[in-house]
Amino acid sequence: MADAHATMIDAPDRSGVQLNDPAAGDQTDVVSGRSRLRLNLPLVIGAAIVLLSIGLALAAPWITAHDPLEIADASLSPPSSQYLLGTDQLGRDVLTRILYAARTSLAVACLSAVLAFASGTLIGLLAGCSSGLIDGCLMRILDILQAFPALLLAIALVAALGANLPNLVLTMGLLFMPRFARVARASTLSVRERDYIIAAIGLGVSRMRTMYRHVLPNVAAPLIVETSLTVTLAILTEASLSFLGLGVQPPDPTWGGMIAESTSVMALAPWLALGPGFAIVFVVVGFNLIGDGLRDALDPRG
Amino acid sequence: MREPLLSARNVVRHFPVRRGLLQRVVGQVRAVDGVSFDILPGETLGVVGESGCGKSTLGRVLAGLLRASSGELWFEGKSVDAQTGAELKRLRRDMQFIFQDPTSSLDPRMTVRDIIAEGLDAQGIATGRTREKLVHHILDKVGMQQDTAQRYPHEFSGGQRQRIGIARALVLRPKLVVADEPVSALDVSVQSQVLNLLVELKRELRLTYVFVAHNLAVVSYISDRIAVMYLGRIVEIGEAATLYRSPRHPYTKALLSAMPQPLPGNRPERIVLRGDVPSPIDPPSGCRFRTRCPIAREICAKREPSLERASETAEHFVACHFA
Repeated sequence: MADAHATMIDAPDRSGVQLNDPAAGDQTDVVSGRSRLRLNLPLVIGAAIVLLSIGLALAAPWITAHDPLEIADASLSPPSSQYLLGTDQLGRDVLTRILYAARTSLAVACLSAVLAFASGTLIGLLAGCSSGLIDGCLMRILDILQAFPALLLAIALVAALGANLPNLVLTMGLLFMPRFARVARASTLSVRERDYIIAAIGLGVSRMRTMYRHVLPNVAAPLIVETSLTVTLAILTEASLSFLGLGVQPPDPTWGGMIAESTSVMALAPWLALGPGFAIVFVVVGFNLIGDGLRDALDPRG
Repeated sequence: MREPLLSARNVVRHFPVRRGLLQRVVGQVRAVDGVSFDILPGETLGVVGESGCGKSTLGRVLAGLLRASSGELWFEGKSVDAQTGAELKRLRRDMQFIFQDPTSSLDPRMTVRDIIAEGLDAQGIATGRTREKLVHHILDKVGMQQDTAQRYPHEFSGGQRQRIGIARALVLRPKLVVADEPVSALDVSVQSQVLNLLVELKRELRLTYVFVAHNLAVVSYISDRIAVMYLGRIVEIGEAATLYRSPRHPYTKALLSAMPQPLPGNRPERIVLRGDVPSPIDPPSGCRFRTRCPIAREICAKREPSLERASETAEHFVACHFA
């Protein structure tokens, strides 16, 4: 149908349309708004912390000479030049275990947060765009999920499914999914009545495409922020579950598990809890900073 | 006589009112309640009325953004309501809409280029260089600089945003453009610029406008014919000049008397309407205007006046027992 438009390209006289809009001259500020994601300090610091953590976790074999499961004959030895953060009851090097635990903890936390983001956003969009019955049913299911105390639900699910890594990710994903679904639904409800959605329909854009091109980008910002905050929650939940013996099973190290093991000898060897505790705080602060930074960076109006 | 571009026959649009736990329908808001008229190719029909009279709803129904609850809408001899899927999509190219609020009608996360080209993409009209060319051409036509294409809507003033909205509608080369109060959200100084732009574009692209507004001065400037709405109905419709010179319906007279006059002195008597507009959920019996009408009598409550020809010579219709 391009022929109908050919006339428009070579329309000869358009002098009459060049009106003097005084505001049209006000276009000096060209630089801003070009790139969608502008860097800010919290974002940079947070990203640096998280990247450093991931880097340390991946580089663990080259950083320490020990193996996380290797048992030395010096148990509960305080920090020394050979064991930088000391050893635990069985004589395993604490620093090595913290570094290896970072792999599991970060992987579990990130995967479950992403799972929660993907499933929650999909459900929220669906509920927000459909009306009445489907919306009602989905929301009531979420109500039921959220009515359980979070940790209780996690314990029940892990106990029922069996304590291994995929089940842990699945359980935590399900646990955090309703948060995303609610945020996505609420934003969708407010966005779908906007004029630009109606405009898109008026231009002949299909419903699916409208959802993908207009609704999703406009509800994405709070959800992405939510994801980075959920990672921190997931790290803490994984620590709690491991502490209770339902997360990653010993002898594989996790931060929560290490703190749990240290409780009996806390007074004798406080370094056992301090190391993994600090690791958790470090990573949680990193992801929180990313969350704060993204919230500002994702707004094109900045 | 020419074939009408768009014909409305007894168009009705009701919105259900839901209450209570079970969301039962307890009533209907009769936003548009039986409206009929023809729009000829190339003319501008102004639709005026106070807030809540249904003029915006009518505009959206005419542009195909809302389905009519009942009644018929014919566009170039084809029934709009019968169109679905690909046919409806094709039809949307010919009838475009300009929104009142230029801020909420532009997606804040899209560049001006993508906003304007969205119709081209959706309709599969142009890609690549051609798409770019059409976008730049229409930007030029609405008086925007070329470097605006890669910027975001929030970087522009209200008047500029409205130009972008106009560009988005006109890049599809529609035949009918429904403009819903396109200048009422703008500064007065910018209003006339946008109005002039609309007039220029209409002449150049041979457009047909339905121009919805509450500002009589704006409507009289741009319209060939004017329809006056009250509570979901057209109470008077006629050529702009005739309607202004000799309004027949008491509501039209009251509206016109409220217009500021440029010359002091020869000011006609001001007719002040008392009370509020009755609820469109439960409109008055008979003539809907009777509760506020200065000349209402018994018959007005009993029988609803229909649109009757008010003049032998001009196309002028009025719905009043005493006009």
